[in-house]
Amino acid sequence: MSTAAARERRAESRGQERKTRGKKIYSPGEWIKINTRGVHHKDLNREIRALAERGARKFELRKVYGQRYIGTNLWGTERDKIKIRVYGTPGSDMGAFMDGPEIEVFGNAQDATGNTMNCGKIIIHGSAGDVLGYGMRGGEIYVRGNVGYRVGIHMKEYMDKVPTIVIGGTMQDFFGEYMAGGRIIVLNKFFEGNPPIRQSYFIGTGMHGGNIFVRGDVEAHQIGAEVGMEEPTDAEWKIIEKYVGNYCKAFGLEARQAKLLRREKFRRLSAKSTRPYGRHYAY
Amino acid sequence: MKDLSKVNNPYNDEKVISQCSIFGMMNTSGELVSGVPIITAIRNMHERGNGLGGGFAIYGCYPDRPDDYCLQIMFNTLVSREETENYLERFFHIHHSEEIPTCPLDAIKNPPDVWRYFVHPKMEEMHEVISEDDVVTRRVMRINTHLESAYVFSSGKNMGVFKGVGFPEEIADYFCLEQYKGYIWTAHGRFPTNTQGWWGGAHPFSQLDWTVVHNGEISSYGANRRFLEMYDYICTMHTDTEVIAYAVDLLARKHGLPIETVMDIFSPPVWEQIDRMGPDEKKYFNMLRSTYGSLLLNGPFAIIVAHHGEMVAHTDRIRLRPMVAGIKGDMVYASSEESAIRLVSKELDRVWIPTGGHPVIARLKVDEKHDVIVGGKELPGTTVMEAD
Repeated sequence: MSTAAARERRAESRGQERKTRGKKIYSPGEWIKINTRGVHHKDLNREIRALAERGARKFELRKVYGQRYIGTNLWGTERDKIKIRVYGTPGSDMGAFMDGPEIEVFGNAQDATGNTMNCGKIIIHGSAGDVLGYGMRGGEIYVRGNVGYRVGIHMKEYMDKVPTIVIGGTMQDFFGEYMAGGRIIVLNKFFEGNPPIRQSYFIGTGMHGGNIFVRGDVEAHQIGAEVGMEEPTDAEWKIIEKYVGNYCKAFGLEARQAKLLRREKFRRLSAKSTRPYGRHYAY
Repeated sequence: MKDLSKVNNPYNDEKVISQCSIFGMMNTSGELVSGVPIITAIRNMHERGNGLGGGFAIYGCYPDRPDDYCLQIMFNTLVSREETENYLERFFHIHHSEEIPTCPLDAIKNPPDVWRYFVHPKMEEMHEVISEDDVVTRRVMRINTHLESAYVFSSGKNMGVFKGVGFPEEIADYFCLEQYKGYIWTAHGRFPTNTQGWWGGAHPFSQLDWTVVHNGEISSYGANRRFLEMYDYICTMHTDTEVIAYAVDLLARKHGLPIETVMDIFSPPVWEQIDRMGPDEKKYFNMLRSTYGSLLLNGPFAIIVAHHGEMVAHTDRIRLRPMVAGIKGDMVYASSEESAIRLVSKELDRVWIPTGGHPVIARLKVDEKHDVIVGGKELPGTTVMEAD
């Protein structure tokens, strides 16, 4: 941790001490249940933050109907993780700018989940809407079902921060558009025993970094002009296996099922050039 | 032409760019249902609007007068009402008229008077072969363009539009909408970002019994408007959504095209996709794009179009605005957000995100054989959300 960040964290903990003085302190192992019916997202997120400042680390949100920005203004590290279970349909921008917590959704997520997320994990047992993982810079997202349009656009990576999305179902158009880093794995309903579906257009348009791994055939007209298509390398296959293993764990699937995944069934879509528009606007 | 300076922005821009919430529900058996669920649903999406416009369309709400055209008209001044009533008396048989009941609310500031008139056009005075619908359309255009401070909210039979400046749930309270029943309800919460909100500029927009609620921006407004002007549709509300209502009226009612074709005209596939199609489909889209190219709607939009017997949820071809559909028994729902559907229907047979550019069509069941509840082409890529 840089000194500036450490200073910030110390200041934060001093602030927490002041705020929690004279109030009940929660144990980190305790699941705190919150009925969110009719609660505005500002009040809900403020409440979660206040409870977390008093030591609470595990939250169970019941009857969620569209409250936005869940998980946004929290923190978390590997050793001190905040976990949120969401029952219902969380609102758009869930986990936006999220920096550490782990969210598990028992239902579908709406649009812009994991918007510019920095760190942490999101597990969605249903499907997710459009613009999942927009501008994502780190962390992991696992979706059991399908995802909508413009998923993973503008994703980026830096050194060891490589954002990863694993999708169990199918995707829509403009997948990984302008992608600059990170990786997305699309299983195309493998665990449901379905053959892969050919679908979705404008995949990776304007892509200049990162990798998309899709199970099944992709036609040349479905991908952007900047995208090349190859089989994953040995090293990449190891990464795919690792994250599919995580996917199995997240959704209670048997890991040996994943062994049936065949490398030759996968296509890697990646940028042909790291500067596709280098000569486009300036000569 | 009317002076719109009082209701328009200082730059006199001709359209409003908006980001809104939309919701629609239909009972496909034609059973009249209360509006409480749709008010609850649109209130749940409060965050999407900013209180500068809200409105509802209700179908089947005047079962006692099913054959009269119901003109719901807003007046800014008493003089404008007198002037309009003189006009109506001259050209219509007025069977009944009344002020629309309201419950005053603090949130609703400076509301105009809104009246409804159950009428029939005086056909005996027409010296040409023309349908009643066309006469009503012509008169409505005349009121909107020539009568000071009077705007027609809706002009269909057995249906009505209730709208104004406020959050949609406030508009519902203001017009006492929990007392109405209908088999189709559509609703809109507005977030105008380009011009100020005004009562006539709220959604739904309507022509005869066609109504449109819209989230998004029609970038092709200018081209669309010029095309419609050739067919005597004059845009008076100074917002982009208006063109959709007139375009639907022209294509579906006057030109008699099926609603699926109308939606294909609004958001056809791109040329590159058409090139890869089979000969029949290619011919069809080539024909549509060359005949009605000027009615292609460009820009991001999600719309719910309704008229008697049909409710259509549709988005632009790359779905730049959200739309979720759901079914439970006879009820079909369409919404900007899934959470709003789930809030009003705890259990759902099916929930899904329609593919961009492919409409979801809910139709009144005619009989068991023609039980076309939900049409539209469902592509393999449709994002099916698992129901409970």
